[in-house]
Amino acid sequence: MSGRPWFGPAIVAALVVAVAFLTLPVIAIFLDVGPGRLVASLDDPSSREALLLSLKTTSISMAVIVLVGTPAAYALATRTFRGRSLVITLVELPLVLPPAVAGIGLLAAVGPSGLLGGALSDLGIELALTTAGVVVALTFVASPFYLRQAQAAFTAIDPALLEASRTLGASEARTFARVAVPAAGPGLLAGGALALGRALGEFGATLVFAGSFQGITQTVPLAIYDKFSTDFDGALALSAVLVAVSAALLLGVKLVRGGEALGARVR
Amino acid sequence: MRLLTAWPVAAAAALALLAGCGDGDGSGARRPTLVVSAAASLQEALTACSRDDPKARIRLSFAGSDELAAQIRQGVKPDVFAAANTKLPQALHREGRLQRPVVFATNELVLAVPADGARVASLDDVGGPAVKLVVGSADVPVGAYTRDVLDRLPADEQQAIRANVRSEEPDVKGVVGKLTQGAADAGFVYATDVEASSGRLRAIALPAQLRPVVAYGAGVVRGADEPGAAAEYLHGLVRGGCADALRQAGFGPPPR
Repeated sequence: MSGRPWFGPAIVAALVVAVAFLTLPVIAIFLDVGPGRLVASLDDPSSREALLLSLKTTSISMAVIVLVGTPAAYALATRTFRGRSLVITLVELPLVLPPAVAGIGLLAAVGPSGLLGGALSDLGIELALTTAGVVVALTFVASPFYLRQAQAAFTAIDPALLEASRTLGASEARTFARVAVPAAGPGLLAGGALALGRALGEFGATLVFAGSFQGITQTVPLAIYDKFSTDFDGALALSAVLVAVSAALLLGVKLVRGGEALGARVR
Repeated sequence: MRLLTAWPVAAAAALALLAGCGDGDGSGARRPTLVVSAAASLQEALTACSRDDPKARIRLSFAGSDELAAQIRQGVKPDVFAAANTKLPQALHREGRLQRPVVFATNELVLAVPADGARVASLDDVGGPAVKLVVGSADVPVGAYTRDVLDRLPADEQQAIRANVRSEEPDVKGVVGKLTQGAADAGFVYATDVEASSGRLRAIALPAQLRPVVAYGAGVVRGADEPGAAAEYLHGLVRGGCADALRQAGFGPPPR
């Protein structure tokens, strides 16, 4: 301990640098737009349409992610099978994929001249450059955040709890719905918030796969980029909205987590 | 413990790397680093001619001209700004952010369609049912030229075409990408973009009376780190190595 007197101050300095670096751009967004100008800028039709579209596409995407992701994560957490770790890696891959690559991949897979493009168009399904395409892009980039968190939450449940439920005669489906999901609840919520934050901020995959058209595919991040060149105030105002929503999500996760820790202690 | 003593070294190395990312001009012969913000449509031509520039190391940054101009207005200072129109350089000049701009090239707006299995054979087809059209956004030069063309069409034709727009891309490369990926049936791009698509796109020329004048303007940014080298680069755009590369890519010479 006494041999390294510089270490304490050094880690504190590193922390100060990290915090300043990470918070300054966020603070600047709010300092640059006064609240009055912020509200006025949001009164612009393209901003409102972008907010509505983001709300709509993110909600649909989150519904899909939760409905399919929850049982899928449960399967990953409770089943052992050959190639399980490969499956987990594949599911997590979009986490580290650059968004533009995700967009190119989606075009190559389900675009009009992609792998499944012909089959989809025979069914009358068109995804590229449509609102449905935005939902697909959001789901692709955001779902791994939920899957990963949900799997961890299900894995953390005491196996004895699930065992007890089954011993008492509950079917596996009932055990999943009545025991596993409530027990994993805080973790599922946290995963949902992370996925929601990622979906709200999605830019690259959406632009490449779904394009940018006001009211149809131009979500808030795309509208921010579009406004940057002509309406910097408008871009800042929309950015401020995203920052506020993201901060609220993060705070929500912390509260849920805090409650979880508290609950554990009380128990 | 050994790890602990290693970290200041690692931090110093990281800082040195970061410094290296700046435009520091290390040691040896003075070879300035020049930052050039250029319109997306100039990408192939300028990348080709700037790689072996004997006088300076050229760092190229491509995007929609309007985005680059917005960066300059926010205080970003590249050495040279080259746009796909003359309007933006002139506006920046009037605002005192750019030295007097020059016109260094011209281009042609065309209707581009996928080379194979195109559903659009002429401008008349673009307003047809279920045609997917992609254009530049209103602020980026290619999108503004596109709107100039549409504005000259009869109202009903104009309306039919506008109704088929599926995406308004932030720069011309976005339009090209949607076409080459088969996501759209037609798009308005520059003739040089079709040339650079290695045969994946086909250009349909617009009728002469609709064709907008597409002229490229560039200037030295006021307060640039390397004004001398920047002026030389600008000169090269007009009649040097980069001018040759531009002609080769299909750009026209500046009007005299």
